[in-house]
Amino acid sequence: MNKIQRISLLGLVLALLVAGPYIGLPVHLQSLMYVILFWITLATSWNMLSGYSGYFSFGHGAFFGVGMYGMATLATKADWPVVPAALASGVLAALLALAIGAIVFNLRKIRGESFALITMAVGFVLATLAVNTPIDGGPGVYLMSVALPQWGPKPASTFYYASLILAVSSVAVAWWLFHARAGLGLLAIHDDEDAAEVNGVPTFWLKMGAFALSSFFAGVMGAVHALYVSYVTVGETFNITVPLTVVLMSVLGGSRHWAGPMLGGILITLLLHAFTAGDSALVGKIIIGLVLAGSVLVMPRGILGTWQLRQHKRLIQTNNDHAQEPQEHSLQLDSALVLERPTTNPSASVNRHKVLEVRGLSKHFSGIRALNKVDLDLYQGEILGLLGPNGSGKSTFINVVTGHYRPTEGTVLLQGQSCAGWAAHRIRRQGLSRTYQIPRPFHGLTVLQNVTLAAHFGGARLTDAQARAEAQEWMRFTGLQDKGEHLPDELNLHQRKFLELARALAARPQVLLLDEVLSGLTPAEIGAAVQTIRRIRERGTSIVFVEHVMSAVLALSDRLVVLNQGEVIAEGDPQDVMAREEVVRAYLGDEAMV
Amino acid sequence: MPSAGLLLQALASGVFLGALYGLIGLGIGLGWGLLKQINLAHFAWVFLSAYVTYELKTRLGIDPLISLLILVPLFGALGMAVQGVFARFALTPFNSLLVTFGMTVSVEALLQWIWSADFRRMASVYEEHKFRLGSVVVTYSEALTVGMSLAAVLGVWWLLHRTDMGKSVRASAEDPAIATAFGIHAKRLAVVVAGLCAALAACAGVCVALTFTLAPSQIFSWVGVVFAVVMIGRLGSAVTPLLGGLVIGISEAMTQALIAPTWAPLVAFTMLILILLLRRGDE
Repeated sequence: MNKIQRISLLGLVLALLVAGPYIGLPVHLQSLMYVILFWITLATSWNMLSGYSGYFSFGHGAFFGVGMYGMATLATKADWPVVPAALASGVLAALLALAIGAIVFNLRKIRGESFALITMAVGFVLATLAVNTPIDGGPGVYLMSVALPQWGPKPASTFYYASLILAVSSVAVAWWLFHARAGLGLLAIHDDEDAAEVNGVPTFWLKMGAFALSSFFAGVMGAVHALYVSYVTVGETFNITVPLTVVLMSVLGGSRHWAGPMLGGILITLLLHAFTAGDSALVGKIIIGLVLAGSVLVMPRGILGTWQLRQHKRLIQTNNDHAQEPQEHSLQLDSALVLERPTTNPSASVNRHKVLEVRGLSKHFSGIRALNKVDLDLYQGEILGLLGPNGSGKSTFINVVTGHYRPTEGTVLLQGQSCAGWAAHRIRRQGLSRTYQIPRPFHGLTVLQNVTLAAHFGGARLTDAQARAEAQEWMRFTGLQDKGEHLPDELNLHQRKFLELARALAARPQVLLLDEVLSGLTPAEIGAAVQTIRRIRERGTSIVFVEHVMSAVLALSDRLVVLNQGEVIAEGDPQDVMAREEVVRAYLGDEAMV
Repeated sequence: MPSAGLLLQALASGVFLGALYGLIGLGIGLGWGLLKQINLAHFAWVFLSAYVTYELKTRLGIDPLISLLILVPLFGALGMAVQGVFARFALTPFNSLLVTFGMTVSVEALLQWIWSADFRRMASVYEEHKFRLGSVVVTYSEALTVGMSLAAVLGVWWLLHRTDMGKSVRASAEDPAIATAFGIHAKRLAVVVAGLCAALAACAGVCVALTFTLAPSQIFSWVGVVFAVVMIGRLGSAVTPLLGGLVIGISEAMTQALIAPTWAPLVAFTMLILILLLRRGDE
């Protein structure tokens, strides 16, 4: 199907849905449609945060409940007209989400089950508050007397249209989010939140935004539903079945796809309806339960997730059939040749402008001094080798400078800007990238998406096309140009290390911290990598190079800094530093000096 | 201010409630910590066992303690069979929650099919007979529940810490790959643990039947508070669910006595939120 066909089909479906009540859609089918659209709205809105970013909320019933009681209160006690009351209920739910998010998204430990349980607990707390205050008071709230507008030919069609508007707009927002750079960022959070932050994704604000949107739609839907049922009770509102049903719909349909919750919502509602309509309601429920259990077992990624995976495998298969021999030019270089020291001495040509200036940097972990008053300068265009035995503080240094850990004390000046204690994504945008020793790609995104994400979030604001072009350039640079459609798990270690590089470079960093990029590579691959690192420097990026492969360190570094037990013990010309007594002692122990 | 007698009575009912929470939470925590499964079906098994206990007593006059002897092996086998199916799939913790949710929906409908949605209450000698502990009145049902909960905790602790099987289970939960390298047959152990959890559900079911009015829809009303109990403790631990249960049970009972019964859930869930927020993280 091409684009025009797709748009006209979409238009036709929408036109039919809008015209439905006028062209004789019977009232009982309108109420069935209401139930379907109701669940589509709730499941799709849940998915905006939870499906994309992996923060599974069990509190969707709470936001839905805020909407129900928001309407119950505003329409009966404050006599608000229903449309403003519904929107205000949605805003109220979004504000509650922002308040919860402001606390839990600031704590790194609140992920996975903790987030699910906290959001579930919020629902029960709200229920208790509603029962014990005039919001409900215990007996429930009647909304029979609330004046309703009539949309469409019959009074009943008001609810049809209200739910249609909400379902269409929530699916549209979910679609937009999925295709926007924000959605890419949320999916990256799902795969590896720390790596997402390091690649420039403002994880906190993305989660807050998605949480607020998600809760807004749940709140407005709740407000409409309060009018639909016209009698609101705490027991029917804040129970565990609403959130669980929503989660189940999304997961069954495929929670990493914008249409997954819609599909799951339609299927489950129709399944429930098919059985509850007949006499065999209970037998039907038994079967539904078993079908759901079975389908999650067999299709853990959901229907659309399974379909996406199959499409992906087919695509890779076709690509492989077309290109029989993978070209690996980069590996044909003679490693011995590459490891030779360059003829011109780079340190002579180095501009004495400091791009990174670290002063008195310390990091203590409950009493352990991982870093102790470290001073370090990096000059424009320089490759600085950072050495030290295992546990000397090299990784901690990288983690503190890139913003993963807050420094206990000290300053970090990046291009003259003080950025100690900044969030990692801000430091990235200020021009500092890193790679991980053990590659941490986003497993659910393709290679191209991985690099595009880094281009999108790493630096200047780009259009989608620009970010793609940027990504393709760096994939060519690292030799991954043919791997764009692959998933990271389909790459070998060498390629995954180069994916790390491509991601780091796509932000066009001024400073690049390389954490043991060569470890685990074969000698030929090391040769290719060393060549690549030189080419990075030629493009104007200054490099801090943490490495254990000595030949590469000596071949590449203009200057060395040696750490031991969190302190700088030597600094200077590579040959000179490696000969110093304290360096040899740190590496080989005291006996080596005898 | 309520009298000391009233407070003591509230404390006693808190201890009883906490013991029951702990007994249910024990099975959930074990499955969560050791099998990495968030097993909602545990609640379904508890209620299934409670209904069967009720049926055996009302229809055939079988004493609940005799039923216990029948139900424990029966549910153990049921748990093992379910695990046998689960083991064929790669089940993430979240998907295990959804799968067992589906199962629970089925069981709820099954219970309603057989016993209707009406409330059922089992009459037994244990409920009718009471004894006094100082000024506090305790029914035999409550005393039995506390005793059974303590026995279960001790039994599980002994299994986990004093037997080779328990040590293997704990090793396997901590690092499955390394444990397998040391010759531990993780899949077989998982079946045993799942059987143990379901057997614990059977015990809890008998206790529920002894003191509570049964309705199929009640299955889900236990979920929140028992999850709170489990999370307050350490997953996979034998002792902490009971402690968590006592903390929540007693604070609920005290809130009921001092303020109003309807405020009780607030205490439990506020505590859960605070514990999750204030717990030490990685950094």
